[in-house]
Order: sequence, then structure tokens, then C-alpha cells
Amino acid sequence: MASPLSVLITAEVNEGNLSPITLELLGSARDLAGKLGGQVGCALLGSGVADVAQQIIAHGADHVVVIDVPALQDYLSDTYTSVMETVVRQTDPEIVLMGHTSMGRDLGPRLAFRLGAGLATDCIELDIDNSSKQLLATRPVYGGNARATFATDTHPQMATVRSKAMTPLPPDPSRQGETVTLSTMPDLTVGLTLSDRVKEEVKGVKLEDAPVVLGGGRGLGGPEGFQQLDDLARALKGAVGATRAACDNGWWPASSQVGLTGKIVAPDLYIAIALSGSSQHMAGCSGSKTIIAINKDPEANIFKESQYGVVGDYRQVLPAFAKRVKDLLEK
Amino acid sequence: MPKLIVCAKQVPDPEAPPGSLKVDTSANKVVLPASISPVVNPYDEQAVEAALRLKDALGGSITVISLGNNLQRDVVKKPLSMGADELILLEDPAFEGGDAWSTVTALAAAIKKVGEFDLVICGRQAADWDAGQVGLGLAEMLGLPVISLAQKVEVMDGRVRVERVIPDGYEVIESSLPALITVSNELGEPRYATLKGIMAASKKQPAVWTPADVGLDASQVGEVGRKSKLVRLFQPTKEAHCEMIEGESVEEAGTLLADRLRTAKVI
Repeated sequence: MASPLSVLITAEVNEGNLSPITLELLGSARDLAGKLGGQVGCALLGSGVADVAQQIIAHGADHVVVIDVPALQDYLSDTYTSVMETVVRQTDPEIVLMGHTSMGRDLGPRLAFRLGAGLATDCIELDIDNSSKQLLATRPVYGGNARATFATDTHPQMATVRSKAMTPLPPDPSRQGETVTLSTMPDLTVGLTLSDRVKEEVKGVKLEDAPVVLGGGRGLGGPEGFQQLDDLARALKGAVGATRAACDNGWWPASSQVGLTGKIVAPDLYIAIALSGSSQHMAGCSGSKTIIAINKDPEANIFKESQYGVVGDYRQVLPAFAKRVKDLLEK
Repeated sequence: MPKLIVCAKQVPDPEAPPGSLKVDTSANKVVLPASISPVVNPYDEQAVEAALRLKDALGGSITVISLGNNLQRDVVKKPLSMGADELILLEDPAFEGGDAWSTVTALAAAIKKVGEFDLVICGRQAADWDAGQVGLGLAEMLGLPVISLAQKVEVMDGRVRVERVIPDGYEVIESSLPALITVSNELGEPRYATLKGIMAASKKQPAVWTPADVGLDASQVGEVGRKSKLVRLFQPTKEAHCEMIEGESVEEAGTLLADRLRTAKVI
């Protein structure tokens, strides 16, 4: 590559489509590369994924390194770490970014330790220091009660980025970029074996994509409360999420947990019902456009995070609220 | 019978009410009020639980390693009272102010000193800095296969079988031993300490190791051994104002809330 690579991102492809996080990373990478005067590269790993390279260029990449082999069909820690190590050594970027996703949570730390690179995980803000030209990576710490900005003297500098924290660029189909392959492939024989994958069936709208999310907490008291939420969610064409406490109690599937260790949602409307608004939980929904709260404890933290609130037992408030919402939607 | 090592960190209680924590921005340090007491990181307690379930099924031994300075004995001994066998404290002022890199450097040296083992088990992340790097980094530094975010861990026929949490369910991954596992909260509640366990733990004295004891120079650990520099620590300002909807009854408040959302064009 002729000009230096400022930022390398790792793409994620889900059932043939680029994941939203990839577009968000490209938007952020373009901004950072602009401040450094270099180019944006993207590593595209998978099997049968080469088709999306053009889309990656349209969304902001100058180079796409395509590693399209059957062995990379599924994310497996060993193979992906080895391939990414090779990509980074070949392309020599200043900065390596990936999503703080199921993949990035595993791949990011392994790659950083293999490369001896400083890494900031789960970042919500990235910038370049004017004088040092180093990456400034800001992330929530102490369960969201504080924020920390990190820099590092290592080469490369690494960060994983929280979903929905960055803004994608509108696609420009006329953008020019090149696709390249790896000059040498690492050994992809691994000690780990993936023997099964068990998917929980999701009915209705996918939680991360839902325009309306109803979140239920410990105060619902059991799985019956969640049925009420589910009923209202259908009327609103939304989805139901839950706090860690509710999921750990088995009241709602763990795959619908919203929070620091679960899903990140940023719907137009988040309806928080019988949940206290712990930092752990808010880390997963604080990006929502409007948050409303129904809670019997007037001191609950969730009211500090909400635009509208009702103090009262959800068993009394929710049926009346749901009925009126349904009436209004029918009008 | 498997020989298990668990890494457990002492952290400020993450269940403390949000907002009680303050930041000294001039020193870039968190100021904890006396009301927030230290606990074993909850994810690490689940790592202890995963080890105990293996021990229940297969026998074996559990060695817990905790790193820090001024570790409170009644806190860091909790894994012993749950049923772990040994406790090693990497405790020295030199360990203070570390990041994932310097922590992993020290833990890797300590694990090498412990010697033979089948599994190292870590929590997915610590509830204070929430970085989630130490377990995976430790595997890299020790050259071990690693499976992260386990909800179930089984050992059979000299291999480890893990149910690994993925966004829409879980996958089953197997590895040869020795290996490193990080545990996710889906594993389930850790057990309570029994009275018998508490009595036994009170009699046990942890081994205390300094950097020199694990063959490290003080310049490799703690604040000076960091790869990442903390540039700024601050608290985001909140300007949220919640409009409380009230009615003659709470039911009416529910109805009025729906009306308010309509006039605000939210629904």
C-alpha cells in the first residue's frame, strides 16, 4: 500500500450482511484517519464474504484485506487471532479497531497481548490528540459511574468500540478502494473444536433492531410479569429486554439481557418497568432517545435517567397504560 | 483429579448505589466513600463456583490467586470459605495502579511458580474497570488455549468442554488441557460460604508473594508496568429531568402517561 494506513478495522458479517458495528467503525475510522492524514483499511474475515468488500469501500475504507476461506466460516478464537495478527503485521496500521461484540470481546484482548499493544475496550468515544497524534480512547468504568480516557505508546494502538456509539457515513457507491489478499496465510489448524451451536429462537422483532423496547427488572417478581410486557411489546411492534437479575432468575431468556454484559439497545423509546436503573443495566440502554419509567420506588435511580415517569406498582400502572396505548395506536 | 487455579480480584462493591462514587479529577483517581466496602469481584466468584462444581464432580484442588495491595483478609478469603483449598496473595505496594498488561505479567509469573495445573479459570471482567482483558491476555502470555464467556464447564477424558455464550444462544467448544476459561454471569449464582467453610478458612493463612517472589522486577508490575496510560478520569454530567406523571390514582397516572407520550409524539 502506497500511503500509510492510519486505521485498520475488523469487519463483521452476519448471514451475508455487514453488521451495523462495521459501518459504525468505518465512520469513526474515517474521522481518525482524516486527523492523521492516512488511510483506512478493513480486514474482512469469513467464508463466502468477499461480496461485501465493495460495500465496505462505499462506507469509507480505502483498502479491504479479504481472507475468504472455509476455515473462517465461524468465529473461532485461535484462527481469527492468528489471521488478524498476520493482517496487522502486513498492513502495519497506527490504530486497530474492532467492535466490542461477541467477537471483539474475545479477539481484541488476545490480539493486543499477542502484539504487545495497548488496548482500551468498550470505548464510546475516540479522538486523536492534537500534539502527540495518539489515539484518545474513552470508555465507561466503574459500571458507568465514571469515564476514563486512555492513550498508549505502543504500535499499534488498539480499541474495541461499543455498539451504537459511533455514526456511520452515508454510503458512496462511487468511492474508490482496492481489495487485497494476504501474502502469507498463517497455519489454521487449531486445538479448539466447535462441536455444536444452540440458538434460542427469537419470536417477533429482534431486540437490537426494535424501535421500542420494554425492559423488565427484578420488581416484576416473576415470569408472569414479563408476559404483560410481551403483550404490550406486540402492540408497539417492539421487543422485551430484561435486567441481569431477571435473566439470572430465569424469568426471561439470557439472550435478551440488556446491559453491560448483555445486549446494547438504543431504541426510540425504552420503557423501563420495575427496574431500578443500575449502572450495569443503563450501560445497555442509556443511548435510547426517550426513556420512561414505571417504578414503585420514587427514589429509584431510573427516574434520574428518564424523561417521563410514574411512581406506582406496575401491576396497577401497566394495565391502564397498556390499554390507553393500544387505544391510541388504533386511532 | 484436576488441579484448578482461579484468579479473583478485590473490587469496590459494584452493587453500591450509583452516584455514591466520586472522582478526584486532579489526581485521576476514584474516591470511594466509606459506605462502599470491598468484595470479591462477582464474576470471579462465579469463576470460583465453576471450579467448585468441577471439584464436586471430579475431586481435585483449587488454588485462588488475588493480586493487589492492602487486600482485606476477610474479603479475599471468601473463596476459601466457599470451598477452595489454597489462597495466594500477590500483595505489594508495587502492584498498585496496574493495567491489564502489568496484572497479566504478574499473574502469569505466579501461575508458572505454582507449577502444574489443568485449568485456569477467570471471571469475564472485573466490576470496577470492566475491561475484560486479563483472562484472555493471561492465556496469550502463558501460551494456553482459551475459551471465553463460559456458562458451563465440564472436564472429561483429559479435555474441557465449555458452553460458550454467544448473542443468540451458546456454542459448545472443546479444548485439550491445560487451558484457560473465562466465566460469564450465565453460569449462575455462586454458592454461599458455609459455617464449616468459614471456620476452615479462618485457620488458613494465605501465601503472600511480592514481585521478587515470582521472579519479577518492580518495574514490570503495577503502574510502571502499564501499556495503557490513563489520561483523564471524569464523571459525565447528567442534565436529565424527569417529568413525573401523577393522577387521582396510579391507574389514572398510567393512562395519563400514555396520553403524554402521544402529545410528545413519542408514540
